[in-house]
Amino acid sequence: MGTLGVTGRGLVLMVLAALLLAVAPFVADRYLLSVLTTVLWFAYVGQAWNVMMGFSGLLSLGHALYVGLGAYVSAALFVHFGIGPWAGLVPAVLAAVLAGCIIGFLGFRFGVKGVHFALLTIAFAEVARIGFDHITWVGGSAGFFLPVGAGENDLLNLRGSPTLFYYVVLGLVLGALALSRLLLHSRLGYQWLAVREEPDAAEASGVDLFRARMTAVAVSSALTALGGVFQAFYFNNLFPEQVFSMGRSIEIILPAIVGGIGTLVGPILGAFILTPLGEVLTFVIEAGGLDLPGLKQLFYGAALVVIVVFRPEGVWPWLARRLRLVRQPGEES
Amino acid sequence: MTALLQVENLSKRFRGLKAVSNVSFTVPEGRILALIGPNGAGKTTTFNLIAGVFAPDQGTVALKGRSLTGLKPNQVCAAGIGRTFQIVKPFGHLTVEENVLVGALAREASVETARREARAVLKRLELDDQAGRPARSLTLPDRKRLEVARALATRPTLLLLDEVLAGLRPTEVDRMVDVLRDLNRREGLTILMIEHVMRAVMALSDRVVVLDHGEKIADGAPAEVVADPRVIESYLGAEALG
Repeated sequence: MGTLGVTGRGLVLMVLAALLLAVAPFVADRYLLSVLTTVLWFAYVGQAWNVMMGFSGLLSLGHALYVGLGAYVSAALFVHFGIGPWAGLVPAVLAAVLAGCIIGFLGFRFGVKGVHFALLTIAFAEVARIGFDHITWVGGSAGFFLPVGAGENDLLNLRGSPTLFYYVVLGLVLGALALSRLLLHSRLGYQWLAVREEPDAAEASGVDLFRARMTAVAVSSALTALGGVFQAFYFNNLFPEQVFSMGRSIEIILPAIVGGIGTLVGPILGAFILTPLGEVLTFVIEAGGLDLPGLKQLFYGAALVVIVVFRPEGVWPWLARRLRLVRQPGEES
Repeated sequence: MTALLQVENLSKRFRGLKAVSNVSFTVPEGRILALIGPNGAGKTTTFNLIAGVFAPDQGTVALKGRSLTGLKPNQVCAAGIGRTFQIVKPFGHLTVEENVLVGALAREASVETARREARAVLKRLELDDQAGRPARSLTLPDRKRLEVARALATRPTLLLLDEVLAGLRPTEVDRMVDVLRDLNRREGLTILMIEHVMRAVMALSDRVVVLDHGEKIADGAPAEVVADPRVIESYLGAEALG
């Protein structure tokens, strides 16, 4: 699962998809490009979350914390000190990793497991949400705003057109995919999977549970923080109520759940299903003149239920089997 | 003949219940020692105390004279003890080969080298034809062998086997007995096994330690131990006399 080889057919399809994404800004209009950017952003943070839950079996329901810390730290450095995002991402990532390590330390040292660990992650995100409401240095509850540039592309300061941001987030997604694949086939990756499957047996096989879990949290929080840096410079505004919200944490984990937890492609596929689904629903509801509050959420929720009930292991494993995109266990390479 | 494993005055209570009480025994290097006794006698608890799952309330465990008391399971593994679980714990979604690979990675940092070692171990336990299958799809006898393979891949000097023959058919028991004897004779692997299958205990072990209610009630050569009236009364039952 997730560690199987890709077939020739799968490879062709993946290269095609990558090419399509690479040329998208030349054919897509502004709206479509913004939707694609959102899709890719969720694909990226979904992959980051997948390192913890999918690879290591650690349920985090507070990943908005790492997004928020990455966003606020990089934005504050930019606004107050003129430090650009490429330099600012280092302290931004460090802040998120530090928060992750504190949560991990508390959880793993004191044997907080499963749903109780998940509660711990929620608690930290909630504390950050309420805390940032009161930090006036970064705008408090009134929001924190980045100066909007003149519109010229400036990769160094991450200011510029939607196309620039699109390519940056596409780079993040491909980078996270490559990193995930590399990790999954490394010693650490196999140890993560073992810890996910049977912690006791993993430990008896020489795996240091504490260290394996802490590295998973560190990698996941670091990657997620980069998503936060992107978000700050893309939207140019940050509100604690949105950035750190429970709802955002849920949105982050949905792509991986729908696409396939623990798989490499799952979170990406999941994002390509969910975000467009939301957009289509908005469009259909508006076109049908049925603009009742909550109606979109109702349909969205129903669609989620259908997917999760019929494809509990995610859409990707099923699709990959049906279309023979990956080699099945036992097939020779 | 030096003692590879030395267990001294080991005691463990669970909420007032004496699970293991003042148990001492040694496992000489290159030998097979069987730990037998009725259910609830404290055999698995003794294993868990040796493997570092629990810290003992009293007593010490030493491997080659080096104290293991208070070490965590991964440190005990690093010290040279491999173990299996009575209720098998395969990494279900991983392939059979990946299961054993995780064991091999305990001593080998390179995934490629570890994979080669894992394949050799699988061949040894006649699991190589199942290498690519998810572990959860294996039959119980194969899962038991996978437990042994994964433990072996950690390159232990002492192998702890917790009822690896339970639930196997007689022909499968014979196969496993052959493998274990071979590992012991040819590679000098020392084995400490919890076992109920007396036929295998008699065939394999050099010495037998009997536990009952957490206490050691007998310790000696297999033939002596099965003739011991206390052992017959507490564990083997009258039919064993026949």
